[in-house]
Amino acid sequence: MKTALSRHHFWSLTITGTIGFFAFWYLARALHFSPPQFLPMPHEVLFKLIDLMDKPFAGATLPEHMAASLKRFGMGFGLAVLVGVPLGLSMGWFRLLDDVITPVFDGIRFIAPVAWVPFAALWFGTGIGGPTLIIFAGAFPPCLINAYRGARNVEVRFLEAASMLGVGSFKTITEVLFPAAVPSIIAGLRIGAGLGWLSLVGAELIVASSGMGNLIVRAQSALATDTVMVGMIAIGAIGVVIDILIRRLEKLLLRHRNA
Amino acid sequence: MVALTQRRNYRRSLVGISTILLLLLFWYLATTLTGWVNPSRFPRPDEVLSAFTFIQTEGYGNGKLHQHVLHSLKLVAMGFAVAVSVGVPLGLLMGYSRRAEALINPAFLLLRPIPPLAWIPLAIVWLGLEDGSKILVIFVAAFVPSVINSYTGVRNIDTPVMEAASMLGIKGWRMVAEVLVPGAMPMIFTGLRLSLQASWTTLVAAELIGALYGLGSILNQAAQDIFPAMILLAMVFVGICGASTTWLLGVLENQAMPWRSERVAT
Repeated sequence: MKTALSRHHFWSLTITGTIGFFAFWYLARALHFSPPQFLPMPHEVLFKLIDLMDKPFAGATLPEHMAASLKRFGMGFGLAVLVGVPLGLSMGWFRLLDDVITPVFDGIRFIAPVAWVPFAALWFGTGIGGPTLIIFAGAFPPCLINAYRGARNVEVRFLEAASMLGVGSFKTITEVLFPAAVPSIIAGLRIGAGLGWLSLVGAELIVASSGMGNLIVRAQSALATDTVMVGMIAIGAIGVVIDILIRRLEKLLLRHRNA
Repeated sequence: MVALTQRRNYRRSLVGISTILLLLLFWYLATTLTGWVNPSRFPRPDEVLSAFTFIQTEGYGNGKLHQHVLHSLKLVAMGFAVAVSVGVPLGLLMGYSRRAEALINPAFLLLRPIPPLAWIPLAIVWLGLEDGSKILVIFVAAFVPSVINSYTGVRNIDTPVMEAASMLGIKGWRMVAEVLVPGAMPMIFTGLRLSLQASWTTLVAAELIGALYGLGSILNQAAQDIFPAMILLAMVFVGICGASTTWLLGVLENQAMPWRSERVAT
């Protein structure tokens, strides 16, 4: 039941599971489950991946598409963090700001980030600006909410100590609320980065003329299923790398804190 | 204390309502009275109203508004229901049995990092632009949070509870119905809420890419016709649908866990 498996047992099951996953994939071909064009085999996807490293598809090679996506992501996510975190912390400190922004925020937060695509394209075009707004729409809410919650959960005695020492509002936010809220903020950044990356893919699927989302949607209309799968894998891999980088950042920010 | 909280709540809603009224006033001022904002960029309030009457009487993008809304709701409900009825039991199983976890986790870990929106092109290749491909991507989107949260829910059940259950010889179906599901219920509902949000995002994206009906298809059509009032209207209805289905889930959550003192705000 809840007893841990032995190491040997665990690994044998894990390896069986992995093999089973790929075996199932190959079996689908063997049973003529779908035409080969629609269901490329794992090794074909791998060859395609190697192929796309230097052979362009939809006007650029895979690394170039990645670079285009990452540039947009960096701008949109950076903007979301730079606006969301300070705003969230300030909302945790200034009650009036909280009362003003919360209802507006609650009103728009149920609109899916991707629904901003038409306006984003209309206002900022489809190159950099439009997709950046979509990423911002995806990444902003978690950044704001988590900074706000982190600031609200600061221990009152810290705030009392700060006010007794005559610390002003600005310094209270930067020196008391921010350090105390770091774990919550980082959790927000991780969720925000995930949603931002997801929204970027959505924006690029619909409007952009380069980037990973564009790569897979162009591959779809060319019925190049292997390229679609390469794109999906690359998108997943980049998402994982971004998450790892943010966790590194957390360690860096919390290095002064004793465990 | 009570009076103070009440006064605080009263002030809070007062400030909230006046902010929203001010924003609406600003919208009217900026677009209609002064013309700072070009109506081809952001619609005037009266344009949105006439877009609403237009879509309700004449129809826009292959149908009237309520038809689009119902179509989107139907697809979300179907994809979500399938994902939940597969995902929650799978999560419970993985949480309960270490063997099942070790066996299933590799496939799950390989597929999990791929964002649901990235499945849309593959779904289109496989199932075309029909409803089937939308239900598939909604399934993918809603499946992962259901599994992970049910799994975590089971793992977080107190060890003494599990020990007592096994000591009392509870097995099989009774174990699931009387220990695992109630114990994991709060986390299961967290998962359902995340799943629901993901479902809406994915559906809107899938409909934007290609669909005959649905809120996303109105957005797409309006973007091509450069019809800002219709874009705004469709966005508002995306928000309303998301909010009302989330509210419904909150009601269900309170019903499902009458023993909990903390209620979800509905």
